[in-house]
Amino acid sequence: MTAPGVDDAVRGRPTVTERRLHPVTPLRRAWAPIAVVIGWAVHDPDQAQRQLTRLTTTTLLIALAVVIPAAALYGFLTWWFTHFAVTDAELRIRTGLLFRRTAHIRLERIQAVDVTQPLLARVAGVAKLKLDVVGADKKDELAFLGEDEARALRAELLARAAGFAPETAHEVGEAPSRELLRVPPGVLAVSLVLTAATWATLAAALVVPPLLWWATHSVWTVLATALPLLGAAGASSVGRFVGEYDWTVGESPDGLRIDHGLLDRTHETVPPGRVQTVRIVEPLLWRRRGWVRVELDVAGSSNSVLVPVAPREVAEAVIARVLPGVTVPPLSALSRPPRRAARCVPWWWRGYGLVVTDAVFAARHGLLRRSLALVPHAKVQSVRLAQGPWQRVWRVADVHVDTGANKTVTARLRDAQEAAELLRAQAERSRTGRRGARPDRWMAS
Amino acid sequence: METGSTADTGTTGDEPVWTGLPPGLLRMRRLLLVVWLGLLAVGLGLLLGLLAGPPWAAFAVLPLALMGWGWVMLGRNWASWRYAERADDLLISRGVLWQEETVVPYGRMQLVEVTSGPVERHFGLASVQLRTAAAATDATIPGLDPDEAERLRDRLTELGEARSAGL
Repeated sequence: MTAPGVDDAVRGRPTVTERRLHPVTPLRRAWAPIAVVIGWAVHDPDQAQRQLTRLTTTTLLIALAVVIPAAALYGFLTWWFTHFAVTDAELRIRTGLLFRRTAHIRLERIQAVDVTQPLLARVAGVAKLKLDVVGADKKDELAFLGEDEARALRAELLARAAGFAPETAHEVGEAPSRELLRVPPGVLAVSLVLTAATWATLAAALVVPPLLWWATHSVWTVLATALPLLGAAGASSVGRFVGEYDWTVGESPDGLRIDHGLLDRTHETVPPGRVQTVRIVEPLLWRRRGWVRVELDVAGSSNSVLVPVAPREVAEAVIARVLPGVTVPPLSALSRPPRRAARCVPWWWRGYGLVVTDAVFAARHGLLRRSLALVPHAKVQSVRLAQGPWQRVWRVADVHVDTGANKTVTARLRDAQEAAELLRAQAERSRTGRRGARPDRWMAS
Repeated sequence: METGSTADTGTTGDEPVWTGLPPGLLRMRRLLLVVWLGLLAVGLGLLLGLLAGPPWAAFAVLPLALMGWGWVMLGRNWASWRYAERADDLLISRGVLWQEETVVPYGRMQLVEVTSGPVERHFGLASVQLRTAAAATDATIPGLDPDEAERLRDRLTELGEARSAGL
């Protein structure tokens, strides 16, 4: 449905080869009807049993004869009508059975590339490929591709996004990766044991159901509360262990590589210059061991962990690779709010701190669970100064720094005079900070 | 394309030239306030006077008091809004009790919107809204003359293009 002129222009260029997803794709939703039936049976066992006894073998067979081919046909048709193609500047995805949908994703705007393999996909030897772009949809993932194909496609996409010539992009292949850090399973397990949230959910899961049983003597109430609580406890302990197992951070010319997972494997690549903020989180119980957790924000990406647990020096070394030219300011460099800030936020004001270096705006908050957020000046989208009436009485103000990953870093309760100067200076720095930044196509210059 | 010069705006160094909002917005807001609260006062007075007896109708004074208070508040709020176009960034300052000052470098702008609702259009007003990649950036200038809004939009777009930068 393109205009004739456009059509000619397209035809003038080398033709774009469209590809299909891996043939196992139609099976990916095969479990959905079964899950629905099981869910219904669990939800209402009496009714389910009554219905089951009423079912005769014939009706069952007829139902199967209708449902299975229909589902198979649907799966097959969705697969058949989904195409993707890589052009010089874009990844095009064409999909939809009844409602056609075409997504053109500009490669130089890629914020991250994820290759994920859920457990079943690993068994089948396939993988999902997802491009994180600002404003991208869940729909714009390529699920599923063959394992090798996904890897080759990722390498090709990154090579093209990096600005390699289109003819060579195909042969550039996977950029060599150098391992920066690997989290040993033992350390990960200990770190989870030392996380208060794990214990809180576990304690809740163990204490609340007996109390409820004692109060109500109703099996259903107890089950309805115990199952979600146990689920939350499992997710925050075992789930996190499984998800963050064998966490590896690597470095390659294509950017940062983050691989993790015991059952579901995830391989994420964040091209250079895409990291908007980095946070160093230090839970209370980790402090004695000197461990920290590092979180990062990339626009359009849902993953936010860079290092689940590591000694502070190692984590800082990784951060220095992630944000080139940035050294994590030592705690002694942070300046606290003035004493009178205690009138605005009693006690906790001691946890606030701020330091601005040549490269980053760094703000700390939290007294028990310390968190230091770093924003490179080049990533600042806007700066705001806010002051409420009570804060004005005590001549303090907050400075907010907004970044592209929809995260705001706040330096709280600064002296009003200092905050006003900070606002001006930060705006200036964020404007000039761009000069030293690398281009979107990171290999082009 | 970083100019960094202050010559093209006529500002000297870091001293911004502030522009307030035109009085049209204040007129519109006060008119809306008077109309709605006036209606409420009359309705309340009539209802209470008829149903509960004339002395109760005195409660209709409450919306009137609110109107008086709102009149002053709208005036103060309107007076607190101001913006300044500097060589490389736009400053917006607002708020009486909760003061907020926003600085948006032109290079970070993704989109400039000029919006005007039916009521605003009747009063000949338009708002300019700046969007950056950060959703938290709340840079809106309400109640401008449509001509000024368009001039600002064009200028911001032009400056944004010249100083454009990615994420």
